[in-house]
Amino acid sequence: MSAERLRSPLGRALGLGSAKEGADHWWLQRLTAVALVPLALWFVAALVAHLGVDRAAAVAWLRSPLTAIAMILLVVATFTHMALGLQVVIEDYVHREATKIASLVLVRLACWALGAAALFAVLRIAFGS
Amino acid sequence: MMPASRPLSPHLQIYRWQITSVLSILHRFTGLALSLGTLLLVWWLVALASGPDAFATAQACVGSWLGRLLLLGWSFSLFFHLANGIRHLFWDAGYGFEIKTTTASGWAVVVASVALTVIAWVAGLATMVG
Repeated sequence: MSAERLRSPLGRALGLGSAKEGADHWWLQRLTAVALVPLALWFVAALVAHLGVDRAAAVAWLRSPLTAIAMILLVVATFTHMALGLQVVIEDYVHREATKIASLVLVRLACWALGAAALFAVLRIAFGS
Repeated sequence: MMPASRPLSPHLQIYRWQITSVLSILHRFTGLALSLGTLLLVWWLVALASGPDAFATAQACVGSWLGRLLLLGWSFSLFFHLANGIRHLFWDAGYGFEIKTTTASGWAVVVASVALTVIAWVAGLATMVG
Protein backbone atom coordinates (compact mmCIF):
# COMPACT_ATOMS: atom_id res chain seq x y z
CA MET A 1 0.00 0.00 0.00
CA SER A 2 1.51 3.29 -1.04
CA ALA A 3 1.85 6.12 1.41
CA GLU A 4 -0.29 8.33 -0.80
CA ARG A 5 -3.35 6.14 -0.25
CA LEU A 6 -3.08 6.50 3.53
CA ARG A 7 -3.24 10.29 3.38
CA SER A 8 -6.53 12.04 4.00
CA PRO A 9 -8.04 14.20 1.23
CA LEU A 10 -7.15 17.26 3.31
CA GLY A 11 -3.57 16.08 3.69
CA ARG A 12 -3.22 15.67 -0.06
CA ALA A 13 -4.62 19.12 -0.72
CA LEU A 14 -2.63 20.99 1.90
CA GLY A 15 0.17 23.06 0.47
CA LEU A 16 -0.81 22.24 -3.09
CA GLY A 17 -3.61 24.65 -3.71
CA SER A 18 -4.03 28.37 -3.60
CA ALA A 19 -2.06 30.23 -0.97
CA LYS A 20 -4.50 33.09 -1.61
CA GLU A 21 -1.65 35.05 -3.15
CA GLY A 22 -2.44 34.31 -6.77
CA ALA A 23 -3.82 37.79 -7.40
CA ASP A 24 -0.98 39.63 -5.64
CA HIS A 25 0.76 40.73 -8.83
CA TRP A 26 -2.48 41.92 -10.40
CA TRP A 27 -3.64 43.61 -7.20
CA LEU A 28 -0.39 45.44 -6.49
CA GLN A 29 -0.29 46.68 -10.07
CA ARG A 30 -3.77 48.22 -9.62
CA LEU A 31 -3.01 49.53 -6.13
CA THR A 32 0.08 51.37 -7.34
CA ALA A 33 -1.86 52.59 -10.39
CA VAL A 34 -4.49 54.17 -8.16
CA ALA A 35 -1.78 55.74 -5.98
CA LEU A 36 0.01 57.10 -9.05
CA VAL A 37 -3.03 58.97 -10.38
CA PRO A 38 -2.79 61.82 -7.83
CA LEU A 39 0.98 61.45 -7.33
CA ALA A 40 1.84 61.74 -11.03
CA LEU A 41 -0.52 64.68 -11.55
CA TRP A 42 0.98 66.42 -8.50
CA PHE A 43 4.51 65.76 -9.74
CA VAL A 44 3.87 67.17 -13.23
CA ALA A 45 2.10 70.22 -11.78
CA ALA A 46 5.02 70.80 -9.38
CA LEU A 47 7.56 70.44 -12.22
CA VAL A 48 5.62 72.90 -14.38
CA ALA A 49 5.41 75.38 -11.49
CA HIS A 50 9.16 75.13 -10.78
CA LEU A 51 10.55 75.20 -14.32
CA GLY A 52 13.77 77.13 -14.60
CA VAL A 53 14.30 77.67 -10.85
CA ASP A 54 17.86 77.59 -9.50
CA ARG A 55 19.23 74.79 -7.33
CA ALA A 56 18.53 76.59 -4.04
CA ALA A 57 14.84 76.91 -4.89
CA ALA A 58 14.63 73.30 -6.07
CA VAL A 59 16.29 72.09 -2.86
CA ALA A 60 14.01 74.28 -0.73
CA TRP A 61 11.00 72.79 -2.50
CA LEU A 62 12.14 69.21 -1.92
CA ARG A 63 13.07 69.91 1.72
CA SER A 64 9.51 70.70 2.67
CA PRO A 65 8.13 67.63 4.53
CA LEU A 66 5.00 67.30 2.40
CA THR A 67 7.00 67.43 -0.84
CA ALA A 68 9.57 64.94 0.47
CA ILE A 69 6.89 62.49 1.63
CA ALA A 70 5.00 62.79 -1.67
CA MET A 71 8.25 62.24 -3.59
CA ILE A 72 9.03 59.12 -1.53
CA LEU A 73 5.53 57.75 -2.20
CA LEU A 74 5.90 58.62 -5.89
CA VAL A 75 9.25 56.83 -6.16
CA VAL A 76 8.04 53.70 -4.31
CA ALA A 77 4.77 53.49 -6.31
CA THR A 78 6.52 54.23 -9.62
CA PHE A 79 9.23 51.60 -9.29
CA THR A 80 6.83 48.97 -7.93
CA HIS A 81 4.42 49.63 -10.81
CA MET A 82 7.29 49.66 -13.30
CA ALA A 83 8.80 46.39 -12.03
CA LEU A 84 5.43 44.62 -12.29
CA GLY A 85 4.68 46.06 -15.73
CA LEU A 86 8.09 45.24 -17.22
CA GLN A 87 7.80 41.72 -15.76
CA VAL A 88 4.58 41.15 -17.73
CA VAL A 89 6.17 42.48 -20.92
CA ILE A 90 9.15 40.13 -20.52
CA GLU A 91 6.89 37.16 -19.76
CA ASP A 92 4.86 37.95 -22.90
CA TYR A 93 7.71 38.28 -25.37
CA VAL A 94 10.79 36.42 -24.06
CA HIS A 95 10.21 32.71 -24.47
CA ARG A 96 13.69 31.21 -24.10
CA GLU A 97 13.75 30.14 -20.45
CA ALA A 98 17.31 31.22 -19.62
CA THR A 99 16.94 34.62 -21.31
CA LYS A 100 13.57 35.13 -19.65
CA ILE A 101 14.84 34.42 -16.13
CA ALA A 102 17.93 36.54 -16.69
CA SER A 103 15.80 39.47 -17.95
CA LEU A 104 13.35 39.14 -15.05
CA VAL A 105 16.17 39.18 -12.50
CA LEU A 106 17.96 42.05 -14.24
CA VAL A 107 14.85 44.22 -14.52
CA ARG A 108 13.73 43.63 -10.93
CA LEU A 109 17.20 44.39 -9.56
CA ALA A 110 17.48 47.49 -11.76
CA CYS A 111 14.14 48.76 -10.44
CA TRP A 112 15.29 48.28 -6.87
CA ALA A 113 18.62 50.00 -7.59
CA LEU A 114 16.97 52.96 -9.34
CA GLY A 115 14.39 53.27 -6.57
CA ALA A 116 17.09 53.15 -3.89
CA ALA A 117 19.13 55.83 -5.69
CA ALA A 118 16.08 58.07 -6.02
CA LEU A 119 15.06 57.59 -2.37
CA PHE A 120 18.60 58.25 -1.17
CA ALA A 121 18.72 61.46 -3.20
CA VAL A 122 15.38 62.67 -1.81
CA LEU A 123 16.38 61.86 1.80
CA ARG A 124 19.80 63.43 1.36
CA ILE A 125 18.17 66.67 0.23
CA ALA A 126 15.41 66.51 2.85
CA PHE A 127 17.81 65.93 5.77
CA GLY A 128 20.83 67.74 4.28
CA SER A 129 22.20 70.86 5.95
CA MET B 1 8.49 23.30 -31.09
CA MET B 2 5.48 24.40 -33.12
CA PRO B 3 4.20 21.78 -35.62
CA ALA B 4 4.06 23.36 -39.08
CA SER B 5 0.67 21.88 -39.97
CA ARG B 6 -1.27 23.39 -37.08
CA PRO B 7 -3.65 26.21 -38.09
CA LEU B 8 -2.49 29.54 -36.75
CA SER B 9 -4.52 32.60 -35.85
CA PRO B 10 -3.84 35.51 -38.23
CA HIS B 11 -0.94 37.74 -37.33
CA LEU B 12 -1.43 41.26 -36.04
CA GLN B 13 -0.97 42.96 -39.42
CA ILE B 14 -3.94 41.04 -40.92
CA TYR B 15 -6.42 42.93 -38.78
CA ARG B 16 -7.78 46.35 -39.61
CA TRP B 17 -6.43 49.10 -37.35
CA GLN B 18 -8.95 50.13 -34.74
CA ILE B 19 -8.86 52.54 -31.83
CA THR B 20 -9.06 49.80 -29.17
CA SER B 21 -6.09 47.80 -30.40
CA VAL B 22 -4.00 50.87 -31.20
CA LEU B 23 -4.50 52.27 -27.68
CA SER B 24 -3.74 48.86 -26.17
CA ILE B 25 -0.41 48.80 -28.01
CA LEU B 26 0.22 52.45 -27.09
CA HIS B 27 -0.43 51.68 -23.41
CA ARG B 28 2.37 49.13 -23.36
CA PHE B 29 4.62 51.31 -25.50
CA THR B 30 4.18 54.38 -23.28
CA GLY B 31 4.75 52.18 -20.23
CA LEU B 32 8.12 51.16 -21.68
CA ALA B 33 8.90 54.79 -22.57
CA LEU B 34 8.05 55.91 -19.04
CA SER B 35 10.29 53.17 -17.64
CA LEU B 36 13.17 54.63 -19.67
CA GLY B 37 12.09 58.08 -18.49
CA THR B 38 12.63 57.08 -14.86
CA LEU B 39 16.36 57.00 -15.67
CA LEU B 40 16.10 60.74 -16.36
CA LEU B 41 14.13 61.33 -13.14
CA VAL B 42 16.67 59.42 -11.00
CA TRP B 43 19.57 61.17 -12.70
CA TRP B 44 17.98 64.57 -12.08
CA LEU B 45 17.28 63.79 -8.38
CA VAL B 46 20.80 62.44 -7.83
CA ALA B 47 22.26 65.51 -9.57
CA LEU B 48 20.16 67.81 -7.39
CA ALA B 49 21.40 66.01 -4.27
CA SER B 50 25.03 65.90 -5.46
CA GLY B 51 25.72 69.62 -5.75
CA PRO B 52 25.65 72.75 -7.90
CA ASP B 53 27.93 71.45 -10.67
CA ALA B 54 26.04 68.21 -11.24
CA PHE B 55 22.73 70.07 -11.08
CA ALA B 56 23.90 72.68 -13.62
CA THR B 57 24.90 69.88 -16.01
CA ALA B 58 21.56 68.13 -15.55
CA GLN B 59 19.60 71.34 -16.08
CA ALA B 60 21.59 72.15 -19.21
CA CYS B 61 20.85 68.70 -20.65
CA VAL B 62 17.15 68.89 -19.77
CA GLY B 63 16.92 72.41 -21.24
CA SER B 64 18.67 71.44 -24.48
CA TRP B 65 16.82 70.81 -27.73
CA LEU B 66 17.07 67.04 -27.30
CA GLY B 67 16.18 67.28 -23.60
CA ARG B 68 13.01 69.19 -24.35
CA LEU B 69 12.04 66.74 -27.08
CA LEU B 70 12.45 63.85 -24.60
CA LEU B 71 10.42 65.79 -22.02
CA LEU B 72 7.66 66.30 -24.59
CA GLY B 73 7.58 62.57 -25.30
CA TRP B 74 7.75 61.81 -21.58
CA SER B 75 4.90 64.17 -20.69
CA PHE B 76 2.62 62.81 -23.44
CA SER B 77 3.47 59.22 -22.47
CA LEU B 78 2.66 60.00 -18.83
CA PHE B 79 -0.68 61.65 -19.59
CA PHE B 80 -1.65 58.91 -22.04
CA HIS B 81 -0.67 56.06 -19.70
CA LEU B 82 -2.48 57.84 -16.86
CA ALA B 83 -5.71 58.44 -18.80
CA ASN B 84 -5.74 55.01 -20.42
CA GLY B 85 -4.80 53.48 -17.06
CA ILE B 86 -7.94 54.98 -15.54
CA ARG B 87 -9.85 53.44 -18.47
CA HIS B 88 -8.29 50.09 -17.54
CA LEU B 89 -9.30 50.54 -13.89
CA PHE B 90 -12.92 50.98 -14.97
CA TRP B 91 -12.67 47.74 -16.97
CA ASP B 92 -11.13 46.04 -13.92
CA ALA B 93 -14.18 47.15 -11.94
CA GLY B 94 -16.41 45.65 -14.63
CA TYR B 95 -17.62 48.78 -16.42
CA GLY B 96 -17.45 49.99 -20.01
CA PHE B 97 -17.06 46.79 -22.01
CA GLU B 98 -19.63 47.56 -24.73
CA ILE B 99 -17.96 48.19 -28.09
CA LYS B 100 -19.53 51.64 -28.39
CA THR B 101 -18.28 52.51 -24.91
CA THR B 102 -14.72 51.25 -25.48
CA THR B 103 -14.52 53.28 -28.69
CA ALA B 104 -15.86 56.41 -26.99
CA SER B 105 -13.63 56.03 -23.91
CA GLY B 106 -10.69 55.40 -26.24
CA TRP B 107 -11.19 58.67 -28.07
CA ALA B 108 -11.75 60.42 -24.74
CA VAL B 109 -8.33 59.15 -23.66
CA VAL B 110 -6.72 60.49 -26.85
CA VAL B 111 -8.35 63.91 -26.43
CA ALA B 112 -7.54 64.06 -22.70
CA SER B 113 -3.89 63.08 -23.09
CA VAL B 114 -3.27 65.54 -25.94
CA ALA B 115 -5.13 68.32 -24.08
CA LEU B 116 -3.26 67.70 -20.81
CA THR B 117 0.07 67.69 -22.67
CA VAL B 118 -0.76 71.01 -24.36
CA ILE B 119 -1.96 72.54 -21.06
CA ALA B 120 1.20 71.40 -19.23
CA TRP B 121 3.48 72.85 -21.92
CA VAL B 122 1.59 76.15 -22.18
CA ALA B 123 1.69 76.47 -18.38
CA GLY B 124 5.38 75.51 -18.39
CA LEU B 125 6.24 78.11 -21.01
CA ALA B 126 4.27 80.69 -19.01
CA THR B 127 6.37 79.84 -15.94
CA MET B 128 9.56 80.20 -17.97
CA VAL B 129 8.53 83.58 -19.38
CA GLY B 130 6.82 85.03 -16.30
